[in-house]
Formats: sequence, C-alpha cells, structure tokens
Amino acid sequence: MIDLSTTYLGSTLKNPLVVSSSPLCEKIDNIRRMEDAGAAAVVLHSLFEEQITLESHHLDRYLSHGTESFAESLTYFPDMVDYNLGPDAYLEHLRQAKVAVDIPIIGSLNGISTGGWISYAKKIQEAGADALELNLYYIPTDPDLSGAQVEQMYVDLVRDVKASVSIPVAVKLGHSFSAFANLARRLDQAGANGLVLFNRFYQPDFDLENLEVVHTLTLSSSYELLLRLHWIAILYGHIRADLAVTGGVHTAHDVLKAMMAGARVTMMTSALLKNGIGHLTTVRSDLLAWMEGHEYESIRQMQGSMSHRSVAEPAAFERANYIKVLSSYVLKT
Amino acid sequence: MVQEQIVSKKLRFFIIDGYRVARETGMGARINTVMQTCFFAISGVLPRNEAIAAIKHAIEKTYGKRGEAVVQKNFAAVDSTLAHLYEVQAPNQVTSSFDLRAAVPAESPEFVQKVIAKMIAGEGDLLPVSALPVDGTYPSGTAQWEKRNIALEIPVWDEDLCIQCGKCVLVCPHSVIRAKISEPQLLAGAPPTLKSAPARWREFKDLRYILQVAPEDCTGCVLCVEVCPAKSKSEVRHKAINMMPQPPIREQEAQNWKFFLQLPETERQALSLSHVKDVQLLQPLFEFSGACAGCGETPYIKLVSQLFGDRAIIANATGCSSIYGASMPTTPWAANQNGRGPAWSNSLFEDNAEFGLGMRLALDKQMEYARELVGRLSDTLGDELAEALLLADQSTDADIRAQRDRVMLLKKRLRVVSTPEARDLLSLADALVKKSVWIIGGDGWAYDIGFGGLDHVLASGRNVNVLVLDTEVYSNTGGQMSKATPRGAVAKFAAGGKPTPKKDLALMVIPYGNTYVARVAMGGSDSQTIKAFCEAEAYEGPSLIIAYSHCIAHGYDMRYGMDQQKAAVLSGHWPLFRYNPDLVKEGKNSLQLDSKPPSLPLKKYVYNETRYTMLVHSDPAGAKRLLELAQEDVLARWHFYEYLAAMPVGGTEKKEEHHD
Ligand SMILES: Cc1cc2nc3c(=O)[nH]c(=O)nc-3n(C[C@H](O)[C@H](O)[C@H](O)COP(=O)(O)O)c2cc1C
Ligand SMILES: Cc1ncc(C[n+]2csc(CCOP(=O)(O)OP(=O)(O)O)c2C)c(N)n1
Ligand code: SF4
Ligand code: SF4
Ligand code: SF4
Repeated sequence: MIDLSTTYLGSTLKNPLVVSSSPLCEKIDNIRRMEDAGAAAVVLHSLFEEQITLESHHLDRYLSHGTESFAESLTYFPDMVDYNLGPDAYLEHLRQAKVAVDIPIIGSLNGISTGGWISYAKKIQEAGADALELNLYYIPTDPDLSGAQVEQMYVDLVRDVKASVSIPVAVKLGHSFSAFANLARRLDQAGANGLVLFNRFYQPDFDLENLEVVHTLTLSSSYELLLRLHWIAILYGHIRADLAVTGGVHTAHDVLKAMMAGARVTMMTSALLKNGIGHLTTVRSDLLAWMEGHEYESIRQMQGSMSHRSVAEPAAFERANYIKVLSSYVLKT
Repeated sequence: MVQEQIVSKKLRFFIIDGYRVARETGMGARINTVMQTCFFAISGVLPRNEAIAAIKHAIEKTYGKRGEAVVQKNFAAVDSTLAHLYEVQAPNQVTSSFDLRAAVPAESPEFVQKVIAKMIAGEGDLLPVSALPVDGTYPSGTAQWEKRNIALEIPVWDEDLCIQCGKCVLVCPHSVIRAKISEPQLLAGAPPTLKSAPARWREFKDLRYILQVAPEDCTGCVLCVEVCPAKSKSEVRHKAINMMPQPPIREQEAQNWKFFLQLPETERQALSLSHVKDVQLLQPLFEFSGACAGCGETPYIKLVSQLFGDRAIIANATGCSSIYGASMPTTPWAANQNGRGPAWSNSLFEDNAEFGLGMRLALDKQMEYARELVGRLSDTLGDELAEALLLADQSTDADIRAQRDRVMLLKKRLRVVSTPEARDLLSLADALVKKSVWIIGGDGWAYDIGFGGLDHVLASGRNVNVLVLDTEVYSNTGGQMSKATPRGAVAKFAAGGKPTPKKDLALMVIPYGNTYVARVAMGGSDSQTIKAFCEAEAYEGPSLIIAYSHCIAHGYDMRYGMDQQKAAVLSGHWPLFRYNPDLVKEGKNSLQLDSKPPSLPLKKYVYNETRYTMLVHSDPAGAKRLLELAQEDVLARWHFYEYLAAMPVGGTEKKEEHHD
C-alpha cells in the first residue's frame, strides 16, 4: 500500500494534490467535485480588498449621480435596505464549502492595506478556514521605492497578520527579488507557516490595431515548473515554513519532481481549467503507477530527495551550471 | 453690484474651492457634502462642533450601508472642507471693477433680453402676463443665449491628428462640437486661435475644415473624446480631441465659436446624407438642451433636426424629451438662417401618438385643399406653374427645394389676386411642400402609457415617423420600471430586479406589414442609425424607430455610453435591424439583420451598470437566477429574428433557400 500522505499548514493531507486559488472555487459544486476527484485540500478564490472598496465607491457614485438636482426626480434608483457589500458573500461561501466537504479549506486574501489585511484575515478565520493564504501580488512601479523597503513591507504584513489570527498562514508571492533565499528566511522568521511559490506575473499585451493595452491570461505549461523546482530545491532544509509549488504543475511527473525538490504539496489551476476537474483523478493514478513502478513506498520518502543539499552535484543549481549549459549547446548550423 | 451689497450690508463673505476638496477626498465632482458642511460651519444654526458631529452622524446613517470606504471619504470631505474654507475680508468701500455677468449676452434678441433673461435671473414673477406671447407659440432657438458654463473641462481639437470622421459631432448630446468646411479666404479675418485643416473630402479638397466647440455650452460629458478614433502615434492617450480645463480658454474659444457660427453652412445638395462624415456638416436645429450631461436620447433628436429639421413637425410625449425640449424659459429647438426649423409641441404623456396623427391629418387635409385650389386657379397662376406644383416629386432634398421655389413664386402671383380662393391658397401654400411628421417619446410612453394610441396610429397606415427613445425606464420621473425594462435590471417598482423580459415592441408591430420598423443604437452602428432614419422618413407610411438610449438611470459613467451601446449590441441584448415593407416589392425579405449573432456574454454588458450590479449586492442568488434567464431571453430572441430574416418572401417556399 503506497502512502501518498503529506502534511501542509498543520494538517495531514491524504495526498499532495491541492487546488490553487481560482474562479473554479467559486462554485460549491466544483469544490465537491474536487474532493471526489481526489484533491487533498482547496484554496478558495481570493478576497480582494480593493475590489470591495471599489464596489462600495462605484455603488455610491452611481446611486448618487444626478440626485437631488431635479424636482421631478430626486433619485434614479430605489435605495435598498441593505447591500451585500464587503466580505460577507465570501465568508458565507467559505462556510458553505466547509459544510460541503471534509478536506481542508484554505481562505485566500489579496490586499494592500494593513487595516484590510487584518480585519479580513480575522473574519476568514472566524468563518472556519483551516488556514489562510496571503497573496502578496505587488508591482513596485515607484522608482523611489527600494527593494529593501518592499521586502520590509512584506515582512511587516506577515508579522501583523500572524499576530491577529491563530490559524496557519501561508504566503504566496512572485520571484522577482534580488535575494529570494534571504527574503524567504525573513518571512519564515516573521511567522509564515508556508511559502507558495510562485505567483505568475500577468504581463499586459498591446493591441496594435486599437493602440490599447490589453489584459492577457494564458494558462501555464509544465515548462514554468522549472523555476519553482529550482527555488524549492535551494530553500529546502533552510527554512521551517512548508514549501508549496504553484505554477506549471500539470502531470504526475510534475508532482514527483516537486516532491523530490522538497515541496510539501503541489497546486493546480491551469491543468484543471484545461482538462477539467476530473484531471485530478488521472494525476493521482499516474502518480501511484509511477511510484509502484519505481518501488517508492511513500511521498514522504521522496520529499527533498533531489534538493540542493541532497543531490550529488549541488553545482547544478549554481553558477557553474550556467556555464555548463551554455557551453553544452550544440549549434545546428 | 455684488461687492456693493457685501459692503453696504456688512456681509461676511466666505469662499471654498468645493470641486478641489471633493476631488482630493475622492468624492469626484460631487460637492453636496462639502457645501452642506460649509453651511453649518458658517451659519451658526448649531455650535460648530455639534453641527459637524451631526453631519457625520447623518453621513453614517445615509451611506453606511454602501460600505465603510464611502463613509470614510465623506468624513474626509467634511474635515477637508473646514480646512479649506476661507473668509474674505471685504473692503469698507466699493473697489471692484467687475460684476456678475448678465443673465444673457447683450447681442441676444429683445424677447430674450426682456423676458427670458428675467426668468433666468429668477425674477419671472415680476413679469406681467402681457410680456408672454398671446397665441400659444413661443420663440425658439433661445437655449443658445443661456451660457451655462457648467463644464470644468472641454474638448480641445488637435487638427493635425483629426481624420474628420464626424463621430464626435454625431454623438455630442448637446450639439456643442460642430464642423464646417469653408472657403479659405473666408478665414482671413478669423481670430488668431481659430484652427482649421485642409478638408479631407474629394469634392471639397480646396476647402478648410473647422471643428469648433461652443465652450460655454459644453457639459464636459466626454462622450466626444471617448468615440474619437484618432490617436497620436507618439502618445496614444492623446487623441484628436482631448479634455482641457475650460476657464483658461473660455474667452478665446467663445470668440472662435462666434466666428465659426457666421461661416456659411454647406449646401445640403452637395452632401451625401447617409454618411456620418457628411452628416456632421448639417446644421443641428436642436442645440444646448438642459438634458443630463452625456444623455443618450438627445443625439437621436439632434440627428432628426439635422436631417429633416427644416420641414419637421414634432409631437413630443411628456418625458425627458419634453422637459429638455421646452422647459421654461428657453428651448433648444432652433431655426436655420432661412427661418426654417422644426415646429414642436407637447400635449400629454398618454396621447402623443394621436397628437401626432392629428398633425398628419391636418397637414394632409391642407395639402388636399391646396392642391384642389391650385387646380381651380391654374388659369390665373399659369398652367405651367400649376402643373409643376401638382406633379412635383418630393422625394429628395433637391426636389423639396425646387417645390419651395415654386411655392415662393405661387405666393408672389397670389398676392396680386384678391379673390377669396386666392387668399385661401395663399394661406395654405406652404402645405404644398412635403412635411415630415415626427412623434417622439420615451419607452414609458411608447411601451406602456401611450401604447394603445401608438398601436392605433401605426395601424392607420398614415405617414408618420415614430421615434422611441428607449432608456428602458421612466427617466424623467426618476427611473421607474416600464415594460421596456430588461429582465434582471433594478428600477423603482422593480427593486428585486424586473422578473419578466423586456417587451419586444418591434415584434408586436412588424406583423402589421405596413410599418417600417428599425432598431438602432448609435454606439452599435452609427451608419445603420443614419440609414434607418433616412429610410423611415422616406417610407410612405408609418415608421417606428426604437433607439437605444443610455441614461443616467443606468448607473455608470456616461462618457462610456457609446461603449455600452456597443456592448448591448454585441451581447445580443440589442439586435440591430431594419424591417422595410417596400423590400417585398424587390422580392426580398423585409427584415434585414444589421448586427451579428451574440458574441459577448450578457454578463459582460450588464455588469458594467449599477442597475444590474446593485441586485448582485442586494440579492446575489436572485441576480444570478435572473441573469441566467436574461441570457436565455437574448439567445432565444436572436434565433427568432434570424428565423424571420431567413423566411422566404411571400410565404412561398423557394427550393434554393434550403441549401444554406
Ligand atoms: C483564471 C485564474 C484566476 C486566478 N485567480 C487567482 C486568485 O484569485 N488568487 C490567487 O492567489 N491566484 C489566482 N490565480 C493563480 C493560480 O492560483 C495559480 O497560482 C496560477 O495559475 C499558477 O498555477 P497553474 O500553473 O496551476 O495555473 C488564478 C489563476 C487563473 C488562471
Ligand atoms: C398620465 C400621466 N402619468 C404620469 C405622468 C408623469 N410623467 C411625466 S414624464 C413621465 C415618465 C416618462 O418616461 P418615458 O416615457 O420613458 O420617457 P423618458 O423620461 O425616459 O424620456 C411620467 C410618469 C404624466 N405626465 N402623465
Ligand atoms: S464634452 Fe460632451 S457636451 Fe462637450 S462637446 Fe463633447 S460630447 Fe459635447
Ligand atoms: S471623432 Fe476625432 S477624428 Fe473624428 S472628427 Fe472628431 S476629432 Fe476628428
Ligand atoms: S434622465 Fe436619462 S434620458 Fe433623461 S435627460 Fe438624463 S440621461 Fe437623458
């Protein structure tokens, strides 16, 4: 009997397959199907702090526009007794998800202000989340803002949130830092229970016909996994926080590689958007088949087995590897 | 003089830049909170601290349910008001060399100066009844004198980038941005800042093109800038027109506007009236109305006035269009340099179709009698003139102009004859020129309250043109639900979202088979809109145009009105089509679909508007259910239209039609 179990953010999970944050998680029915297909935990779609504020401002602006200016029509809309603004709908969804499935449900918070982070984090805990994932998607466009300041901001946020909730907190972030290993350690020291690597950077594209900036969202491919493997392999053993991979996990091979690099769990979104929620079942059975074929007993057995400190050739993760790769390229012409 | 009053009454005088405070505290252009705070801070009706606490309490009560962020920004506005409210020390004697502007400019006509200006100044009660016209008519073209100066920013033209497409001119709800082409030598005496560019027309290539804004009449709605397709190659946000602060350029642009107005209009004969590019050169005879900034109804009315205004007779239902059309003391309806312009009247909300039919019947009767008299008097008038008058084809602008010339000659000849018949014909002579009867109103009128009458009038087969300005609610009275309100939209009397689908007025009328029916949305297709208006007017029978009109009651920034119209069309909520019964004669299906199958999920269109999103906030489950049903409505209706448009003509099966 092969043991697929792993631990993540204080829970024991039946396998390392976690569904990452995406609109797929907006439907309770989908979350049920994820559980049935073998997901070991689900991260809900994010609660965006500025979206809540923006909705408030919009509602107010347009309900007020043109009012009290013309005697025959003092207003243009019926004013409701109450509006379901703010995090209420999200929290209700979380409660329903908790009732609907047995697997852990991780809340996700995406925000900018300390005030918002803390009050929403508490509410997510109160609604019954097993853990909280903080998504720090921040683009430092201000030329006066230094890397050190940005990093300090991250560390402060994590410390503040940790101080206000008792459930485990994971931090999901991008890789554009000059010394990622150092930042990881500082977040670890600030109390982060997990690091989710990495956010994808959604670059806007240009529409040449209309001269407009357009949003693009292309789904990932397994190629994107390599960046994650690299950093997980380097961090493994150096920090206490659980390491999770998000980005480029599509197949059982991807899961195996992530485990060997040192991840506790692998997360999937693109693969499920592309192939449907049932894809989880395929990955799980492929995983079992591979482990059986290669005579592995458990996931724990392989976790970190190919990390920086476990491989015969650690230089493969360093500068030496860079030189080797470049010189090994055989020109075809 | 204002300063004199301040000095003599020993008034305390305070100032605040309310717009700045509002803008900087995130309140946008809404200064209510700011001005209310000023009132309590200055008036002393309550001790200041108590008053401020009371205001904040009221803010919490009023806006609390819209979210904490809204409460906080109002609080910030209150605090910032107190910090930006300054007392001005008035001198002990009068020192000022300027005063408030007169209500109307000195060059305005006598009636405007003596009567209208008084009303604008709020002194209407001082006017004697005898100051008003005795016959129920009222001077038109008067809104132009009411320089309201309400825009903080106005569009400024970059003549090098402009492709002269005319889209900005077409959408301007207030007829503020206009184009002319002019002989270069006429620009010799132009003010130094007047801009012009070589005209980009093959026929007018030696002329200059001028795009000019009336700076004091602009509402700053930004619709024109949003639709402008021409962007700078080195800075794409810079377009061929861009919003700039009004005060620094007001004087200069006012001079330019004055100069622009006296440039000759282009002869209609030289233009192709079915093209946006040419329509921009037609003088609007509906200008500077007091409709909301960015109103979606008025561009259609302006278009009617440009295309047919010099011979239009308009029956207007009560609604926004009757209010901005003729609310005292001014009217936006105007006349051209020949004194010709629309004749306009409003009867009631419920009887407008019948009101317009009455106009048609009266005109027809007058025409009939005039023709009879022309026949009887042909010896006196000369056979040639009589025959030409009776046989005139009046289908084109040129034909109508020729008939007008004949009528002029007719009048000249009649003036020297003193028989009773000649006098009758003299008074009826103008009836020999074809008139264009328009029946205009909102959806509340057409779909609901006036529907019985509308149905009756269309069924009569008479030659009237009905324009329904469909805002999908009763706008003028504050957004009550009508049968035109779409499923899922919130309106007054439909706070839970309208549970039933929008009534399809077009589908109720098409089966008559005698009525030209078009559904248009200027932002969906401006050329289809113009085509429909021209065809409707030319059709010898009743016509119905249903025009998508964005409105303040939809709840979004109306600068995006045309984008929303486009989204309405792409989503299939607003399919564009023309149903022309005359096409049967050519062996074609009368129904032509002018838009493509729905390609945008309905959600992407409706959730840009507060009338839909507020339901998401108040009843998420209900909103979801109604959205699903509304999406089904859209698809089902599209399939039905597609089916109708593909039907073989005359009900006879044509074999080859089955192949595709
Ligand atoms: C449509 C879509 C929506 C997403 N929404 C969120 C979100 O709300 N919060 C978040 O933290 N990540 C979000 N993500 C990122 C995913 O959780 C994930 O990190 C990313 O897609 C990379 O993983 P993948 O290669 O498995 O797709 C979203 C991704 C997609 C494709
Ligand atoms: C019989 C009658 N009922 C009610 C009114 C009040 N009233 C004036 S305008 C109006 C609404 C007009 O709505 P709509 O026809 O949609 O035109 P819109 O204002 O949207 O252009 C109403 C209810 C009236 N004038 N007459
Ligand atoms: S801003 Fe609005 S009112 Fe002013 S010119 Fe443009 S469209 Fe017309
Ligand atoms: S819309 Fe732009 S390009 Fe077209 S006429 Fe107006 S300013 Fe010129
Ligand atoms: S309420 Fe709507 S239809 Fe009426 S003037 Fe305002 S925008 Fe136009």
